[in-house]
Amino acid sequence: MSAQPGQSQSQSTSFAPFNEMYGADGCARSHYREYESWLSRQSDDLMRLKRSEADLVFRRVGITFAVYGESAGTERLIPFDVIPRIIPAAEWRQLETGLRQRVKALNLFLHDIYHDGEIVKAGRIPAEAVFGNSQYRPQMKGVDVPGGIYAHVGGIDIVRADGGEFYVLEDNLRVPSGVSYMLENRRMMMRLFPDLFTSNRVAPVEHYPDLLLENLRSVAPVGVDDPTVVLLTPGMYNSAYFEHAFLAQQMGIELVEGQDLFAQDTGVYMRTTRGPKRVDVIYRRIDDDFLDPTVFRKDSTLGVPGLLDVYRAGRVTLANAIGTGVADDKSIYPFVPDMIDFYLGEKPVLANVPTYKCRNRDELQYALDHLAQLVVKEVHNAGGYGMLIGPCSTVEELDEFRRRLCAHPENYIAQPTLALSTCPTYAESGVAPRHVDLRPFVLSGQQTALVPGGLTRVALREGSLIVNSSQGGGTKDTWVLGR
Amino acid sequence: MLSRTADHLFWMARYIERAENTARMLDVTVATSLLPMSRESAERGWRAMLGISELLPAFDARFATLTANDVLEFMVGDPSNRSSIISCLQAARENARAVRGALTTDVWETHNDTWLQLQQHLKAGLLQRDPHEFFEWVKFRSHLSRGVTIGTMLKDEAFYFIRLGTFLERADNTARILDIKFHGAELPEGAIPPPAETKEEPYLDFYYWAAVLRSVSAFEIYRKVYRDVITPSRVAELLMLRGDMPRSLLASLNEVCTNLEQVRNDQSDETSRRAGLLRAELQYGRIDDILDTSLHVFLTSFLKRVNDLGQRISHDFLVPLMAR
Repeated sequence: MSAQPGQSQSQSTSFAPFNEMYGADGCARSHYREYESWLSRQSDDLMRLKRSEADLVFRRVGITFAVYGESAGTERLIPFDVIPRIIPAAEWRQLETGLRQRVKALNLFLHDIYHDGEIVKAGRIPAEAVFGNSQYRPQMKGVDVPGGIYAHVGGIDIVRADGGEFYVLEDNLRVPSGVSYMLENRRMMMRLFPDLFTSNRVAPVEHYPDLLLENLRSVAPVGVDDPTVVLLTPGMYNSAYFEHAFLAQQMGIELVEGQDLFAQDTGVYMRTTRGPKRVDVIYRRIDDDFLDPTVFRKDSTLGVPGLLDVYRAGRVTLANAIGTGVADDKSIYPFVPDMIDFYLGEKPVLANVPTYKCRNRDELQYALDHLAQLVVKEVHNAGGYGMLIGPCSTVEELDEFRRRLCAHPENYIAQPTLALSTCPTYAESGVAPRHVDLRPFVLSGQQTALVPGGLTRVALREGSLIVNSSQGGGTKDTWVLGR
Repeated sequence: MLSRTADHLFWMARYIERAENTARMLDVTVATSLLPMSRESAERGWRAMLGISELLPAFDARFATLTANDVLEFMVGDPSNRSSIISCLQAARENARAVRGALTTDVWETHNDTWLQLQQHLKAGLLQRDPHEFFEWVKFRSHLSRGVTIGTMLKDEAFYFIRLGTFLERADNTARILDIKFHGAELPEGAIPPPAETKEEPYLDFYYWAAVLRSVSAFEIYRKVYRDVITPSRVAELLMLRGDMPRSLLASLNEVCTNLEQVRNDQSDETSRRAGLLRAELQYGRIDDILDTSLHVFLTSFLKRVNDLGQRISHDFLVPLMAR
């Protein structure tokens, strides 16, 4: 096996990133020792065979995603890398503590801004950033949701910088996806390399659907003892359709589309072969904008007319709640440490990436002066679109963003370009380090729950920092190892 | 269950069954066309096969002349033909994909794998190299999807709607296979065939009916049941009126009624009644009476009534019910 440690010289980004597998001395880190020695004993041919087997199985199982901008029904595989990303249990405990803390604060924040807005009154977050945010839903003002929980499912993107320290890069509180890949990657690894799981104590993740169902049932409208939970999907041409179908099946709940539901004063019902059936909790995988054409986008055919009224009356629970987008917006992100302090009186366990809010004159000036070293992100965009990675950009691209920044500074934030940690990965040329991030999933209901690990995404292109599957990213199994 | 889910399951089953029967029909037509006969007779065979599938106009619009290869290409690998095998298998797979959560993993993967394998077979030219082998493959995949359904699915509504789709489609398709012989013979209404070629090529009749039997895997069954020479009236009896012959009209209607009963709701009584009536006519009908009035007329009316059942099932169960 030709996995040379610390092989980062050839990368177009000129950092010395943290290598998840190898320490600075070139030796495997202790939590990777067992795996690394196993890997070094495997022949190239065998590993090639296993990789093509994985491809074959993923295709047959139909674990595919649709790519926007390509013709309808085009299905692609998300590349799966057979080398796992391993996190030692002690590190995970730290991450888990930080994640629970962060999501708790975010939920309190959401409740606050749709009620009394204490945090704004206290001057900790500018009113404009909250109430002027396009993701703020005035329709939610004064609405009480069960348990005060807004973000029932949160996907928190975590990266690791060159010193080995973790940062939260982004909170995803609308309809975060990817958890099915976490589960399928594990299933695949166990199928391809069963012996690895006898020699390593890998914390299980397979109970995620049970936790999710329990979580969803726990937030049913008051007075409903045996709630009917459904998963609302935009349909089979949505990029995450596989995940919707997968989760619905694993939880044993109906996978519904908007056309299957209708709203009346008394509640939301689904159309069944035996007439209407009451629905109590909707795990919706449709954005706010498309949920109710009578309130939000009029042209939406994916939603349920009248849903908002029934929801506001407390006759059905939506997970996630309407209006969570304001809390994961990039313009709010810099204030999350303030939220943790304000609501919990605690210090953040997980740090934010230092962020320049271009809406402030001096921070804008700094961003403009250091553009070539910074990452600039458009505040309302997601999925790796609409961003600039300074060190990897041409002069023209830099000029273009400089113009955009000056024209609409409030639409942008800037952050130092982090040397995302790398993990050995199969590339065209053999095993080579590639940048990774981590998306753990945090479930909030009557209790907070998460399974150890999450989804590790890997940027397969050499030097690339973008891990999104729509832009050439792949995934790895994520192991939390040891006690 | 969701009406939409039931609809997808119903059509998933219909499309895979239709692909199977199209393969059976094509297989028998290829086999018959290999018999020594005039070019006209051979062409008549192909045209009848297209006619019975209501595809003659579409075919003629695309091809100036008729060659066996063109028909095969049109009926198998042409995605613009909604009834081609590729279209049916794709539709089956798309319907399965739309409700994969309502299927067992085994059922979904069978449909998905059929679709993936089909593309490989077509690319590798299996149809041109060995049509029989290709049709056998289609039949096998359909057997597999039925078997995996029975072997792995919970016996609940999802299962019953799948079975309903399978047998309604089979009733339709078996009737069409039987009717090929008479299609396009352009006899005056009510007249009894014999078709034209029997005079010039008298032995053809035997081979034809033998091929029909083979197309529904009934050749050996015929021998076992009748222990006698093959006659058209017995073939008709076997494929229509015998409840123990799994691809017969009666056997199909038995299953339609049974599964309909399992999913009945408070607006489906009339549909059950019509299905039951049709079944009773087959169960207590006599082949001589049917042949006396004309097999073709009987089959035409049968197809119409099966179509009516399909529409009623859609209306009663599958089109989303409004709140009442």
